[in-house]
Amino acid sequence: MVNGVKPGITIKGTKDGLLFYLDDSRPFSDILSELRHKLEDDHAAKIWDGPEMNVLIKLGKRQITKLEEMALRELFASRKNLIIKHFESDGKPYLLEQESEIQMRVGTVRSGQIFSFEGNILFVGDINPGGVIRSTGDIYVLGALRGLAHAGSQGDQQAIIAASVLKPTQLRIADVISRPPDRWDESEVGMRFAYLVDHQIAVERLVHLSKIRSDKEWKGNR
Amino acid sequence: MSFSEGWDTMGESIVVTSGKGGVGKSTTSVNIGTALALCGKRVCLVDTDIGLRNLDVLMGLENRIIYDIIDVIEERCDLKKALIKDKRCNDLYLLAAAQTKDKSSITSNQLRRIIAELKDEFDYVVIDSPAGIELGFQIAAAGADQAIVVTTPENAAVRDADRVIGLLEKEKLPTPKLIINRIKSHLTKNGGMMDVDEVVAVLAIHLLGIVPDDEQVIRAGNLGEPIAFDNSPAGKAYRNIAKRIQGEMVPLLVLDREVSMFRRMKKWFGFA
Repeated sequence: MVNGVKPGITIKGTKDGLLFYLDDSRPFSDILSELRHKLEDDHAAKIWDGPEMNVLIKLGKRQITKLEEMALRELFASRKNLIIKHFESDGKPYLLEQESEIQMRVGTVRSGQIFSFEGNILFVGDINPGGVIRSTGDIYVLGALRGLAHAGSQGDQQAIIAASVLKPTQLRIADVISRPPDRWDESEVGMRFAYLVDHQIAVERLVHLSKIRSDKEWKGNR
Repeated sequence: MSFSEGWDTMGESIVVTSGKGGVGKSTTSVNIGTALALCGKRVCLVDTDIGLRNLDVLMGLENRIIYDIIDVIEERCDLKKALIKDKRCNDLYLLAAAQTKDKSSITSNQLRRIIAELKDEFDYVVIDSPAGIELGFQIAAAGADQAIVVTTPENAAVRDADRVIGLLEKEKLPTPKLIINRIKSHLTKNGGMMDVDEVVAVLAIHLLGIVPDDEQVIRAGNLGEPIAFDNSPAGKAYRNIAKRIQGEMVPLLVLDREVSMFRRMKKWFGFA
């Protein structure tokens, strides 16, 4: 404020409780750290001690993911008397719709290019060596995956990476990194998917996906 | 000249680039230019590798340079005066790069203006780009309507070509076309080198031609006589590429034959 920077978070008291305005022009990580500072800083701490209070969080034009919501709730959990009533985005549902949705993109991710995505992605085309495809959810490649793929990039350990040709330079799921063997057996790259077991990346043939995603399995009504 | 006339004679500018150095960009530029000229087209080669010029050497025109591209930009001479006519082809010209300056002495807009002026005069303007993806490459690409990416069938070269294709797609150029240079058929056969299909599968762009590895190319370069005049396999490959640039359908060279086989084939086609 002193140096003229608008605070990322504005707090107002209303008769229904506290209103938190989170500036939608700032990166979400900045907002989080500012909020952490406001809630956990010892000098400010006294303000928060008091009777139970409802909290309404206004996100402006921003929509957040489930993971971002969890991060916010975790911060507020440090103050037992602050109870989050609800989140609000301007004219939109506050959550980015991505759960169980899958979106399609086509093209080629070439060396030096990074394709980042929120949610589950079906990519029709190739990811070439030196190229990166990254998503917070699952990655399905209808084409050859020769570059780097990172699924569940915000920590979703359930995310999988599937490809018609799975011949990556590196695979990452959540925070686990793995590199394929140095020599490929060409017969072992077609129609594969990678998933996490015991904090390790395993690769299986796509026909076995129903074991990992049994909830998604299609069953004939015999 | 009326407006419509000027429009009709508008040529096409093609940038030849590769990312990686030493894959044969300049050799390809010279030979494509020569082969196009042999087809009766009016062609101008533009060397944009300022500070490291060598198109003039490959064409054997080094001793004829009086003005270069920087002289044109700094208005020491007009464009027509700076063009060097080829020894052998009447309709082939070279605009040489300066050897004493560096890449920053020219801007995209300056090159664009020169290329636009050349396109009024010539059917094809072939721009030889410097290696790398920095300023020099960006400037060369800025002046082009089309792009040709040269690679050799090696992993490192294909990676760099892939990167360059990505960068060219970001410019408003149409998807570049591919030339695979220096194919050693005996190496691809025993798996020691990527084969043509593998390279095309990775880069996923249209293949304009393949050029076999040929000692004659090096010899020709040293003599300053482009191989495209020659009846060697590489020379034929470049002439085929020139035909494809003009929209003709020409089948790819068959590479996995013995050299003697090539001789025999040439006989069939009436070359030898």
